[in-house]
Amino acid sequence: MSSVLKVRNLGFAYPDGHPALADVNFAVEAGERVAVLGPNGAGKTTLVLHLNGVLSGGSGQVEVSGLKVAKPNLKEVRRRVGIVFQDPDDQLFMSTVWEDVAFGPANLGLRGEELSMRVKTALAAVGMEHVADRPPHHLSFGQRRRVAMATVLSMHPDILVFDEPSSNLDPAARRELAELILSLGLTTLLVTHDLPYALQLCPRSLVMNAGSIAADAPTASVLSNGELMAANRLELPFGFDPATTGSSVRSRA
Amino acid sequence: MKAAHAHSFYVHEQGRLHCLPPECKLAAALLFILAVVATPREAFWAFGVYALLVLSLSRVANISFGAFGRRLTLEIPFLAFAFLMPFFGTGSQVEVLGISLYREGLWAGWNIVVKGTLGLGTSIVLAATTQVPEMLVGMERLKVPRTFTAIGGFMVRYMDLIASDLHRMKVARESRCYDPRWIWQARAVAVGAASLFIRSYERGERVFMAMVSRGYEGNMPGAGAPIALRSQWAMCLVLPCAGALVAVSAWWGLR
Repeated sequence: MSSVLKVRNLGFAYPDGHPALADVNFAVEAGERVAVLGPNGAGKTTLVLHLNGVLSGGSGQVEVSGLKVAKPNLKEVRRRVGIVFQDPDDQLFMSTVWEDVAFGPANLGLRGEELSMRVKTALAAVGMEHVADRPPHHLSFGQRRRVAMATVLSMHPDILVFDEPSSNLDPAARRELAELILSLGLTTLLVTHDLPYALQLCPRSLVMNAGSIAADAPTASVLSNGELMAANRLELPFGFDPATTGSSVRSRA
Repeated sequence: MKAAHAHSFYVHEQGRLHCLPPECKLAAALLFILAVVATPREAFWAFGVYALLVLSLSRVANISFGAFGRRLTLEIPFLAFAFLMPFFGTGSQVEVLGISLYREGLWAGWNIVVKGTLGLGTSIVLAATTQVPEMLVGMERLKVPRTFTAIGGFMVRYMDLIASDLHRMKVARESRCYDPRWIWQARAVAVGAASLFIRSYERGERVFMAMVSRGYEGNMPGAGAPIALRSQWAMCLVLPCAGALVAVSAWWGLR
């Protein structure tokens, strides 16, 4: 298997000197779905913003499908890394859904029929073709999150990165989104506080704390390790047992 | 609760004006308003013709007279200044209903009221037949710099969000028994407005990050829809041509 994402010795401090990442190392192989878990302020979002070069200037290196994240490569890197941000209202800023989904590929230079095909295919992948002409702010939150996914799918990314995909979704929309992520079959990095969601979607998890990787292990074993969980301020919802749920997820897979 | 949508002036019942290209409608409205503004204030008949034209268009656009009238009330706060003009000024005075008013102030007030009302009436017809996104596309096709149309687009897109933020803050204040009666009790409102500004600024940064993540390098992609036909341009330009004819005739009549 080839690595889609390689992060080596990544370190970063904000201009005020506050260290956000320290010696982060991991790789994600093609087709893998990996969860990034950790408490608030652990550096998860800072890490995500390094993957496509929105943040840079620290130490270490990030590679996407063999391409180094550096200024001359940023356009291609941003095509390869599709980030779905936590709040779809940050991601959907154009007047209509169609224009929003076309924004990325148009920035890559696509026009005409090729651009239309990209938009149609991406909207079809998330089941949102019927809202193409509507303004994004007229959609429900769940629909907006799906359209936000389409805005990066239209760029044909090598890896999808989700920042808290299940936040603010009702249970049905949460389940539908999980089914959609599974059906896409893309290499996925999923940043979340929703541990059952991580167990359902990602066989492997990275635990981050204070800017470092505290653990890199199968999700079921991370969630079953009470000591590791407590040390990293991770807690399961009341009544949730990763042992029984984990085995049912494995048997369905 | 959701805030009212920004384009509530749009009439969904399709009329003949709805299907015309937005750039033609925008150009026609702008040129017509320029013709109105260029008309001498003394030519009462010309303003009557303009009013007839605007009212006829409002019918074609499927706006009821009631709705048209209600929308016109938008200008009332802006007309306060015009109504005060006859009371202040210099020069000769006239008696109207027992009140002494300045002649020049009366003419200036009338000029503002009639031209402002006709301009607003034209804008009401435009807004009733053109969705906001179409309006932005029309502006782009009229070669308005894309940075301006992008700013307009963001404003429309985020107006609802900011309005609902504002509403939630108001509910949160009222839920804690906040009921200001005097100006010195308004501190919470002022602080709330400041925090809304900071939140909007932070959202702006997040939106920019999301744009950069999708390859944005400073230029917004253009609208790809087909441009207007000559026949559509011709149809729309009938209005400003009529306006120009009336304005020229009005000036001619004053000679």
